[in-house]
Amino acid sequence: MAENRSDKNRKPRYTADRGMPGAFEGETVTRRGFMTGGALAAGGIASAAFALPALGFALAPMFTDGTVDRWQDVGPESDFNPTAYVPKVINTDPGVGEAGKATIYVRKFDPESDKPSPSDGGSDPIPYVVLSTRCVHLGCPVRYYQAPKRFVCPCHGGIYDFQGKVDGGPPVRPLDRFEARVTNGRVEVGERFSVNSELRRFSPRDPSNHLDGLWQYLYPARPST
Amino acid sequence: MSKLTPPLPKFLRPAPPRPSEKEPTPDIGEPNGKPGRADKLRESAGEGGAQVIGWLDERTGTSPFLRGFLFRKVPKGTNWFYSLGSATMFAFVSQAVTGVFLAMYYNPDATRAYESASYITNEVFAGELVRGMHKWGSTVMIVLLFLHMARTFVFGAYKYPRELNWVIGVVLLVLTLAMGLTGYLLPFDQRSYWATIVAVNLNASAPLIGPFLADFLRGGAEFSSVTITRFYALHMLLIPGLIAALIGAHLYLVAKLGTTAPPWLRAEKKELTKEEI
Ligand code: FES
Repeated sequence: MAENRSDKNRKPRYTADRGMPGAFEGETVTRRGFMTGGALAAGGIASAAFALPALGFALAPMFTDGTVDRWQDVGPESDFNPTAYVPKVINTDPGVGEAGKATIYVRKFDPESDKPSPSDGGSDPIPYVVLSTRCVHLGCPVRYYQAPKRFVCPCHGGIYDFQGKVDGGPPVRPLDRFEARVTNGRVEVGERFSVNSELRRFSPRDPSNHLDGLWQYLYPARPST
Repeated sequence: MSKLTPPLPKFLRPAPPRPSEKEPTPDIGEPNGKPGRADKLRESAGEGGAQVIGWLDERTGTSPFLRGFLFRKVPKGTNWFYSLGSATMFAFVSQAVTGVFLAMYYNPDATRAYESASYITNEVFAGELVRGMHKWGSTVMIVLLFLHMARTFVFGAYKYPRELNWVIGVVLLVLTLAMGLTGYLLPFDQRSYWATIVAVNLNASAPLIGPFLADFLRGGAEFSSVTITRFYALHMLLIPGLIAALIGAHLYLVAKLGTTAPPWLRAEKKELTKEEI
């Protein structure tokens, strides 16, 4: 009995059984329904054929590694010392002219005060501490003051200490650093990387991305770096 | 006889009679006073303009539409506050027009953008004026938009059945702010550069999606030469297109649903209906 009822409620499989005019024997979809579906599918495929590549075109930079392995000369070793930062200008993107230039602060690595080392494993410390001037709050340029040995951000009052760690204000992690090496007595600066409050090394992140504790999982590394 | 004459091209042959006419009108009027085609043409030449409009109207149905759209009934108490929406739209149109003309001189290349923008201001005839209208007009548009929104809110015009129009309006607000953001970079001076850096980093501060959103806006991990072309394309093609389409939808709903009476009039009406009961 129950089976009978459910049979009655279900639509018959064949269009002929549903009493449709002009239905064919053994047909499950009306020709009108089939044409509508076919036209929609054809339109969908045609739109996808141009929309998907166009979307990929616009989104590709998010998924392609745009970092270039470049070492830039910033001066002879004699320019730098472990007690004061020296500002230098490097070119982070030659394609944008003046806007691609960035100021960095360079000093010699000091084995006494600079433990723990920011480099992975810590066995081979980077011989120079090279700090990015980009504030990790929202990206304004910070400035170094020698007397208090602090970096100060003009925008919202972020303050960093001599190692680039946060001393006050809204920034969420220490200043970003750069790879550095010495070739033939000249100091060369390489890729940027980010550090957390223990100076552990991370892939380059945007300002405002936390890297400590559970927070670091909310700001994942991007495929573009 | 007729077989000997060469066949005339179609457009030179006399027009066949319309179903309503019994026989074709002769070209020259008959001496008994019946007007010919030439007379009719001469007669109607004076009202040519009206005829063109009539011709278009007959084929597009514009006038019934305009009658419904422009002469629709508005509630009692409609006042100047109701013009804020049109004012915002006018601001958008002026932005679109000045923007199109600015694009004739502007060069969205990171090394040329600043120079081309100052070229517009300093060299092009009336360039200062057009650029100024575009710059200040953007502020005017946002101010008007907020006033329009405040009017809608205070008058309760967002309520049933106009909720969808409120939602469309909010999307328009977001898109307009996005226009402000993307346009701010284009002069490419120190202020636009740093404002954009900060704005993109604000986007990066959203958990999980933030870093990817920032990458999308910049077109890569760092601010680069594609960032400005990206902002330019968003600013002059994608967002304005969306805004224009949504303004169309917004207006359609306004015309379909009508406007709301000011709240003080609605109270009056309620009393009336009570009396009637
Ligand atoms: S950008 Fe440096 S404190 Fe906000």
